[in-house]
Amino acid sequence: MGSHIAFQSLRLEKVGRTFGAMNALQDLTLDIKRGEFIALLGPSGCGKSTALNCIAGLLATTSGAIWLDNVRIDTLAVEDRGFGMVFQNYALFPHMTVRSNIGFGLRMRGVAKAELERRVDAAIRTVRLESQAHKLPGQLSGGQQQRVAIARAIAIDPPLVLMDEPLSNLDAKLRLEMRQEIRRIHQDLGGVTIYVTHDQDEALSLADRIVVLRDGMIRQVGTPEDLYLRPAHIDVAEFMGFRNRLSGVLEGVGTVAPMTRASAMFGETLLEGVALHALSGGSVTAAIRPDDLTPVSATSPGIEAVVEAIEYRGRDFFGSARSASGAELFFRSGAALDRGASVRLNADPGKILFYEGAGA
Amino acid sequence: MEATIPLRVRLAARGLDGVTLLAIPAVLLLVALFLYPFSYGLVLSFRPKDGSFFGNYGHFFSDPFLYKTIWTTLALAVPVTVLNLVAAVPVAFRVRRMRYQRLITTILVLPITLGTVLVAEGMLNYFGPQGWFIRTLSLMGLGSPSSIKLVHNYWGVFLSLVITGFPFTFLLTLSYVSGIDVALENAAATLGARAAARFWTIFLPLLAPGLAITFCLSFVQAYSVFPSAVLLGAPAGPTRVISIAAYEAAFEQYDYSLASAIAMIMGAVQLVVVVGVLMSRSLFYRGPAAGAKG
Repeated sequence: MGSHIAFQSLRLEKVGRTFGAMNALQDLTLDIKRGEFIALLGPSGCGKSTALNCIAGLLATTSGAIWLDNVRIDTLAVEDRGFGMVFQNYALFPHMTVRSNIGFGLRMRGVAKAELERRVDAAIRTVRLESQAHKLPGQLSGGQQQRVAIARAIAIDPPLVLMDEPLSNLDAKLRLEMRQEIRRIHQDLGGVTIYVTHDQDEALSLADRIVVLRDGMIRQVGTPEDLYLRPAHIDVAEFMGFRNRLSGVLEGVGTVAPMTRASAMFGETLLEGVALHALSGGSVTAAIRPDDLTPVSATSPGIEAVVEAIEYRGRDFFGSARSASGAELFFRSGAALDRGASVRLNADPGKILFYEGAGA
Repeated sequence: MEATIPLRVRLAARGLDGVTLLAIPAVLLLVALFLYPFSYGLVLSFRPKDGSFFGNYGHFFSDPFLYKTIWTTLALAVPVTVLNLVAAVPVAFRVRRMRYQRLITTILVLPITLGTVLVAEGMLNYFGPQGWFIRTLSLMGLGSPSSIKLVHNYWGVFLSLVITGFPFTFLLTLSYVSGIDVALENAAATLGARAAARFWTIFLPLLAPGLAITFCLSFVQAYSVFPSAVLLGAPAGPTRVISIAAYEAAFEQYDYSLASAIAMIMGAVQLVVVVGVLMSRSLFYRGPAAGAKG
């Protein structure tokens, strides 16, 4: 596969889609550079598949524009966009062999036979399916079918490859393998890949930039590291593994760059943490990863809770506990704890994120 | 050792258990209503009045008035079935994407409930010399009642077979069309296939086996045409179909033996066409029409 795709950027300008009175997608604005791997991340119904289908042309947009350099493409028919798309259920043509599935796009373009054979061979090699080329899709395993779907999409040398939860039908081991494959294929192609997923691990490990969507709107755009360490919104934090949410009242605000130091009362306990955005006082919500919340000694500050469940996950124990105010807390512990035991839980101030408002 | 396994277990291993008994009423019904009459007719057809074994068959194939009914019937049934199929495919494609699919399907299927005689009565009025259709045509200057004849000839039977046969063909076609995963069409479109190319390269190959079965069932229905051939056709000549020949032999000449032979020939012709069409299915892909395993 050569990286002879000549374009510099893909721009989404306030792209929107409504279904009747429902806003499935609102004001999606994004500037994507050639070579970038973008993940659209969000729970089901957040608008990520709608966004993908709008870019592909399978769904008409109701507002906004999409530009490939300075060519407006959202007004083009699906057939004329020339993007490669990998579907969640693969959508392989069941009556065609692997070879003719992969060559389909080239045949539709009227590519000459010798050239077609050469490019199909190249695509088959890219996904390592040389020995399966003459089989029908029904004779292949799920992982092999997925490879055919990818090969079929990239055989036409598309500037843009769209992937709609391509790994969700595979088992855990195969998912990990295919992740690496997809990343490698993306780098070989040199175009843009837009990848829809609801799995934050997939998004974190694959993408150059992640777009977190919720209720049809962008919550945050950033590198995986940005999102993991500095989630801009409590929803994003929850998606990034901050399972613990505590409602409290702001006590004091400091000013240590780049984050704001703050402290807040949670019931009887004063916790120190950091805030990414200015806090105006009043109610705040703290977000803490289970990994960072650990038992502390009886003399240091911490939230009193009663252990409800605990399990060994190799190396450490993970458990859940109930605080006096009734909040469920997920924590990590180096030692086994008994069910019903009292613990005092706290985290490093840098690992407690404060967000404005009482949270949901 | 073999004898120690109870009979019940040995039978169950061969698929015979208590549930098998539930098939008995259906088997009895089949024997009484189909197998016995069919065998009776078959035997009867070899016992003609002149006593020779193949007498009836010899008589049928030497009398043009009789053997030509095979072609007369085929000339009606094959074009009607092809037309219904060709018309049903695009309608099914359109209906599949509609919001009021059930309402439209109901309207399209309604003629099935009317029965051939009622349709024939309606057509005699509507398409008759004084009917609205002909009168409208002549008002528009497109012909006169004397120049256009749509009943009591080939076209009368043809139209009635289309009207009564279409709903059946359409329903079957719709179920086959709906069985094709929409994602396949989307995938083909993203790969650059326009509507016509998607139809010829994706839909038609996947539909072909289903269309073959639809053709067979529709054809068998059309080939056994009787009431409309009498009511709307010219039963003495152009629409003297094979069932009319059998009817005349049985109830006008009281030659049940010849009538049975004609019925057997009718069945054989249908069988030849059906087997031929079904065998052609092996030329096509016949697996599930979905984009992936389960």
